Amino acid sequence: MSNIGSYEDRVALFDWSISERELGYKKGDIINIGWYCSDRICQLGNGSKKALLWENHEGLTKQYTFDDLRVYSNTIATFLQRLGIQPGERVCLFMDRVPELYIGFLGVLKMGAIVQPLFSNFGDESLHTRLSNAKTCAIITQRKHVAKVRKILKDLPDLRHILVVDAGASPLKERELAFDLASEPKVEQFDCYPSKAETPSVLHYTSGSTGQPKGAQHVHYSLISQYLTSKWVLDLQEDDVYWCNADPGWVTGTSYGIIGPWSNGITQAVLDAGFGSEHWYAFMQKYKVTVWYSAPTAIRLLMRDGTQVVRKFDLSSLRHLASVGEPLNAEAVHWSREAFGRPFHDTYWQTETGCIVITNVPGMQIKPGSMGKPFPGITATVVDLHTFEPLTEPGKVGLIALRPGWPSQIRTYWNNQAGFESKFKNGWYLCGDRASLDPDGYFWFVGRDDDVINTGGHLVGPFEIESALLEHPAVAESAAVATPDNVNMEVVKAFIVLKPGNPPNDDMEMDIINLIRKRLSPLAMPQKLEFVKSLPKTRSGKIMRRVLRAQEFGEPVGDLSTLEND
Amino acid sequence: MAEELKDIVLKYVKKEYLEEDADMDLTCDTPLISGGIVDSFSMISLKLFLEKKFSISIPDAKATPQAFDSVNKICTLVREFRPEA
Repeated sequence: MSNIGSYEDRVALFDWSISERELGYKKGDIINIGWYCSDRICQLGNGSKKALLWENHEGLTKQYTFDDLRVYSNTIATFLQRLGIQPGERVCLFMDRVPELYIGFLGVLKMGAIVQPLFSNFGDESLHTRLSNAKTCAIITQRKHVAKVRKILKDLPDLRHILVVDAGASPLKERELAFDLASEPKVEQFDCYPSKAETPSVLHYTSGSTGQPKGAQHVHYSLISQYLTSKWVLDLQEDDVYWCNADPGWVTGTSYGIIGPWSNGITQAVLDAGFGSEHWYAFMQKYKVTVWYSAPTAIRLLMRDGTQVVRKFDLSSLRHLASVGEPLNAEAVHWSREAFGRPFHDTYWQTETGCIVITNVPGMQIKPGSMGKPFPGITATVVDLHTFEPLTEPGKVGLIALRPGWPSQIRTYWNNQAGFESKFKNGWYLCGDRASLDPDGYFWFVGRDDDVINTGGHLVGPFEIESALLEHPAVAESAAVATPDNVNMEVVKAFIVLKPGNPPNDDMEMDIINLIRKRLSPLAMPQKLEFVKSLPKTRSGKIMRRVLRAQEFGEPVGDLSTLEND
Repeated sequence: MAEELKDIVLKYVKKEYLEEDADMDLTCDTPLISGGIVDSFSMISLKLFLEKKFSISIPDAKATPQAFDSVNKICTLVREFRPEA
């Protein structure tokens, strides 16, 4: 029996107070996510239950109970407090998927600071953009990543502390200090910061069409959505062992890789290793994973290796599969039925929503290729591209729109209220994606409504890439657009105009590609690059990315009346 | 020639995928993909480098994380398309 039971009944009778009651929260109470994910589970008598089963690529393993989470997060919170870090200041987590990342997330929240997780593959420029915008006061990182922080340190006057969790005997430099969780005196008692519903909690940066990435500001009350969607959509139950593939540098990795499972008191397994189908299956077999939350890109990589590899492992423990990040194609649903005996359930949401908003819940009839239906309590529709009025005609393409007001919706973009307000039209929050509705109320994804590139489930902004490309001495101007890709749905393609006297060649191509990979991130790296003589522009000189994008996808280029003459 | 190929690939991986002051001893058997040194996106840039450097074309079906998981494995892959390398 699934947690959600009848979808229709839940929709009819839904109220977010269901979640509040289950969590023992009443309006006006203190609500601290760090406490709810550790201390509360211990108070419920589950302190000795395993919370984290961790393994890295070398086979090193560590296990933590909920009581360990409580004590170690207290320890981190105390350490940060003693450094003089104040509630409301931003503390960045910049680590691979090591235990300190997960426990540190709780520790930062417990002492009232805002936690700013960043993907550890980010290059120094991506890191600088985000730390500088947030005026981050401390960063917790690993020895292998500290070099990137050192490169940008002189331009970050607000960054007072750099904590290195595995410093060992390696020499430390300016503003750096060693923080070894295992050897630090354990803190049994800690008074959590008395955060309230609207107290800022997590700051995730997300990319848009224009300008630099924006800091999506979440609050502690987001827990109400994240707890219940984890319970009803991912169907997390008491004896489950849950595995979320997402990195906590992205919102899935925190909403459903930390907050959701642990506020439900669920054991989760974490593999700190790169992709490898046999390694992944062996990991699930070893830890008897029951619920698996993955992504279409990973599923397509697994598909490429075939079902024969799956048969080499005992994956009979798996009972529920879900997917997020980009549309789950019908082939992947069919393949997972063949490979694992059950389908992946697509879920749709984004950094700004904080929780799953459109989904296929357990028990719902899956239409392969469809996003599913709105989560109970979420009012979602498709609105006209121009009038923003809800569309009534099935199959007509419009914008995915949500009625504001669910608990985990972001409250603003960091220092960018105007950008936040621009996301609302006609009383709807616009997700920036196009879709259609069928007569049964199922949503069908069509694509982005802007120039943002969705690669491997991550949004990449063209402006950030184009700005970095200009740092190359030979690049005069550029345009970054999406191009189709069999595995990642989309990848970045850059059109480059070179400065006179710089003939294109292989070395220059690799030089440009590697520049973006190292300065920004591997996700932002153009996987394809084309040298051109000029770029399509409007008469006012604005590059028309949509023309290039349409060419890549073989679509009509649309209205060219504003195109500059050749 | 075999040693030269290894040297080229090892040198390139060290230069492009390790931080300047990383205190890591990367060898020809160090796991690159499963070890998190080269992620699946960065693998594409490594593939492009090999294709350009050795004038080969590696089909997507052969460009798997397993085939790129160490310098030795990469050299084996390159030799499939360029036996004299």
